[in-house]
Amino acid sequence: MSTQATDITRAPSPKRARRLPGSLAWHLGSLAVLAVILYPVVWVVGGSFKRSEDVVGSLDLFPADPTVSNYTSLADGIADISVSTFFLNSLFLAVGSVAGILISCSLTAYAFARIRFAGRNLLFTLMIGTLLLPYHVLLIPQYVLFRNLDMINTYTPLLLGKYLATEAFFVFLMVQFMRNLPRELDEAARLDGCGHLRIYWSIVLPLCRPALITSAIFTFINAWNDFMGPLIYLNEPSKYTVSLGLKMFVDQEGLADYGGMIAMSLVALLPVLAFFLAFQRHLIDGMATSGLKG
Amino acid sequence: MTHAPATQARAKDAEPRHGPDTPLRPSDPKTRGRRENLAGYLFLSPWIAGFLLLTAGPMAASLYFAFTDYNLFDAPRWIGLDDFSEMFGDPRWRHSVRVTLWYVVVGTPVKLLVALGVALLLAQKRRGQAFYRAAFYAPSLIGASVSVAIVWKAIFSDDAIVDRTQKAFGVDVGGWTGDPDLVIYSLVALTVWQFGAPMVIFLAGLKQVPRELYEAADVDGAGRFRQFWNITLPMISPVLFFNVLLETIHSFQIFSSAYIVGGGAGGNACGPADGSMVYTCYLYVQGFENSRMGLASAMAWMLLVAVALVTAVLFRSQKRWVHYEEGGR
Repeated sequence: MSTQATDITRAPSPKRARRLPGSLAWHLGSLAVLAVILYPVVWVVGGSFKRSEDVVGSLDLFPADPTVSNYTSLADGIADISVSTFFLNSLFLAVGSVAGILISCSLTAYAFARIRFAGRNLLFTLMIGTLLLPYHVLLIPQYVLFRNLDMINTYTPLLLGKYLATEAFFVFLMVQFMRNLPRELDEAARLDGCGHLRIYWSIVLPLCRPALITSAIFTFINAWNDFMGPLIYLNEPSKYTVSLGLKMFVDQEGLADYGGMIAMSLVALLPVLAFFLAFQRHLIDGMATSGLKG
Repeated sequence: MTHAPATQARAKDAEPRHGPDTPLRPSDPKTRGRRENLAGYLFLSPWIAGFLLLTAGPMAASLYFAFTDYNLFDAPRWIGLDDFSEMFGDPRWRHSVRVTLWYVVVGTPVKLLVALGVALLLAQKRRGQAFYRAAFYAPSLIGASVSVAIVWKAIFSDDAIVDRTQKAFGVDVGGWTGDPDLVIYSLVALTVWQFGAPMVIFLAGLKQVPRELYEAADVDGAGRFRQFWNITLPMISPVLFFNVLLETIHSFQIFSSAYIVGGGAGGNACGPADGSMVYTCYLYVQGFENSRMGLASAMAWMLLVAVALVTAVLFRSQKRWVHYEEGGR
């Protein structure tokens, strides 16, 4: 890879066109990486149109005689449960998580970023501490707690934390964003007699839209992809999420219905891919800023 | 409590003592301080409830369980350090530690090297840069899903593309997902495939390096490699640190992909001959399949200690290699 460090922040210039060999190498390099990145995705798209016995063994990316039987068999559902049930369950959890995160994390972030109260630094340190805490330490005691509260096989264990701002990453992201908002705005509002709630709702929240959108998308995708949570808390197939439905599919069918499994895998990815295509700017910029200020 | 008088005393002093973020308010400083405290804790109440109920409380409970024999049905029975001695004496536990360490030690550096390399490539402003950046980032979003794990299992199984390719090069070791020694490398490949997230952070860091530094180095006749070593690397070291920290902590906690890529149809959850039995997989098996909640809690605490140690070591090492810019050098 030819690393032209000097080009890093240089604005595109008309002279660039003359340096064709460098440009060619750059594009070749990028395309090579792209091919490796995309291979599994193309493979799964092609595989979903293959007959089950050809999915693994056949090296052709796309079958000569494509079949949609993998998709039509999905319509029969998995273990007598319609695939749409899994989707609706996942959707409910994902949307519920987004709502919870947006409300609870922005309130928390506002307190840390904009209110001077006794003990703020200590609590902020604690909050950052939870950012590094391995989830698995909480796994068992939380399970015991929710079991004692008779909440196993409900969605409460999967959602409650989202409404109680336990996702420190998003709090942190929003705190960073709020700290950069001009303070004169809330000072002016205070002089006009606004309390914190008004300032939060009418001034800070609207200005935080980029951070809120980033958090919402990440929350949705994380909730959609979540496997361990549903695996532990849900035990009735009709309540399963897409991830669990897929796992159940794998366990039941194994290699017998490889085509159906691949088709279902692809369908399960579609919402995430759609979100990505729609919001990739937000996602990538959100990642970049949170990383830089960390 | 002691806060209010302190605020009052400070309020009498000159402005600068306040710091830039003290709101100006035409009211009595004492009531203001009290009101700020009240507002602060009201806004924080969901977080405080969550912290106590879902973090601090469970952590304390977990610490207690770690010293008990607890199967969920009978009350926990205090057994002192027995869980820990059982854990350390368990060859499967030691095996899961080795598997996890290997995964972390191989996967994380390779992933970060690829991320940095591709970031350096993409840092050049050329047509298509934004497209490539987005495309390379995509796997980071879907990589943790069950779908991708299933695809991975297929791609790395016998007679699939990876197996055929290596056969074409005369390496006949079979599919990776069925092999106890190789299955872990399919997981490494899966994490490396998701290099996009650290790459985006590297890219953001690279954008912040002042161009003048390179121009000065050009004038001095420093080559590309010298420039990378003496300018780029120190300038992005905070970002590098952040990535190393995040990715390492993350790798220690891998679960879903190992559970699915390695797991057979309804059979062993931990891969062929425990080949992909990463730490959390074994923790899951002990806790939720064998109902050994006490033992699993002890295991979870060991993981916490390990992650905390690694974090502490990384933070301490910062002084040696991470350069933060604080108004000049």
